[in-house]
Amino acid sequence: MPDPYSLRVNGVDCEVADSDIAESLLFVLRERLGLTGTKNACTEGECSSCAVLIDGVLTCSCLVLSATAAGQDITTVEGLGDGRDGLSVVQEAFVDEGAVQCGFCTPGLIVAVHDLLEANADPSDGDVREALSGNLCRCTGYGRILAAVNTAAEAKRSQP
Amino acid sequence: MSDVVVARSLDEARGALADHPDATVLAGGTDLMVEINRGLRRPSHVVGVAQVPELRLWSVADDRVTVGGGVTYTEMMTTPLADAAPALAQAARTVGSPPIRNAGTLGGNLGTASPAGDTLPVLAALNAQIVVVGPDGERRMALDDFVVGVKRTSLRPGELIVRAEMDRPTGRQEFLKIGPRNAMVISMAGLALVADHDARAVRCALGAVAAGIPRARDAEAWVAERIDWDNGAGVDDAVAAEFGQRVAAASAPIDDHRSTAAYRRHAIAVLATRALKRAFAQGGSSDA
Repeated sequence: MPDPYSLRVNGVDCEVADSDIAESLLFVLRERLGLTGTKNACTEGECSSCAVLIDGVLTCSCLVLSATAAGQDITTVEGLGDGRDGLSVVQEAFVDEGAVQCGFCTPGLIVAVHDLLEANADPSDGDVREALSGNLCRCTGYGRILAAVNTAAEAKRSQP
Repeated sequence: MSDVVVARSLDEARGALADHPDATVLAGGTDLMVEINRGLRRPSHVVGVAQVPELRLWSVADDRVTVGGGVTYTEMMTTPLADAAPALAQAARTVGSPPIRNAGTLGGNLGTASPAGDTLPVLAALNAQIVVVGPDGERRMALDDFVVGVKRTSLRPGELIVRAEMDRPTGRQEFLKIGPRNAMVISMAGLALVADHDARAVRCALGAVAAGIPRARDAEAWVAERIDWDNGAGVDDAVAAEFGQRVAAASAPIDDHRSTAAYRRHAIAVLATRALKRAFAQGGSSDA
């Protein structure tokens, strides 16, 4: 068993005790900390439904052994909101463009788009497709998702 | 010690491995965590090395590139390392997706030792020396002596992959791979080709088409005598085609869930021909 450890999630220190050695960060976020925004789908890095930011780096939380993330700054989709109704610019754009169908892939996409727009304020279509190449959506056909990224990028650029 | 140690220095990682030589070394997690999540592997102890600063180092000299085991695919794709080892950058660029490339490392690719590990043909073509450290100190070996079978390495208990040291030849480098689509693809066939103008040599290594990472040494020697090293003329089409066939002869592919032996052999010939024409294209890039 790992020693008890502390995860810093969305700015809050969370103690994790009595854990199993095989627990992924995804498991701990959802099952121990109740942060179910991060979705559990493939658990092998193929779908990015579980994407989070660790020290600002876009990462599949299913591929992180939870105890090794102690001391790092973890941001989940729950930690991204700020604007209208607590939504981020990216989340608002997904709502406005109807980029959500069943919604299961949406949290991972939101995190990935945040990561993209942090690094690249004016991404080309190719940049967007490349940045989201690991995010699987089985409903939308991606068209409205790509539109939402453009809308979010424009909105972000026009922010003071 | 706790069952999970997050090493913050090479000494700490070595110490933890000395205490538990059977511990599982965890780098980016992109291979190991898949097995753990599926319940196929249950380590008794884990030593996390993703935050070991010494393993994150890389350096470029006139004739040498050194890449730490903890360097990620994303870092390999980034200048100036990408300029010094372009085939390594090309290979890294074909791995998984951005979050996978942010996590996966050169040392992890070596430690997994899959024939489909995309950096491995590049390391073979660049005559890489793999440096490991363990209870008995440092050892260094060629890739052939490190990867000894499908997902089998010559790492001894308590040893850790520290870095790979590779040539930096004067000449173009290519990494090409075949998969069902462009993103998120594990190689059905992969190939690295390096032109070394000083040595008047071509070096070519293959991925996903044998139990190990074979070099096409006969084909390399054959084609080196047919390159116009002095005048830099392009490669004759017939020579490039014959080179492809000779490289394919160095493969030993199998049928499996990703592809067939026949297709893999064919693909290697196409990739070898294409890589050679690109490496010796006249003036600028070639779309051959």
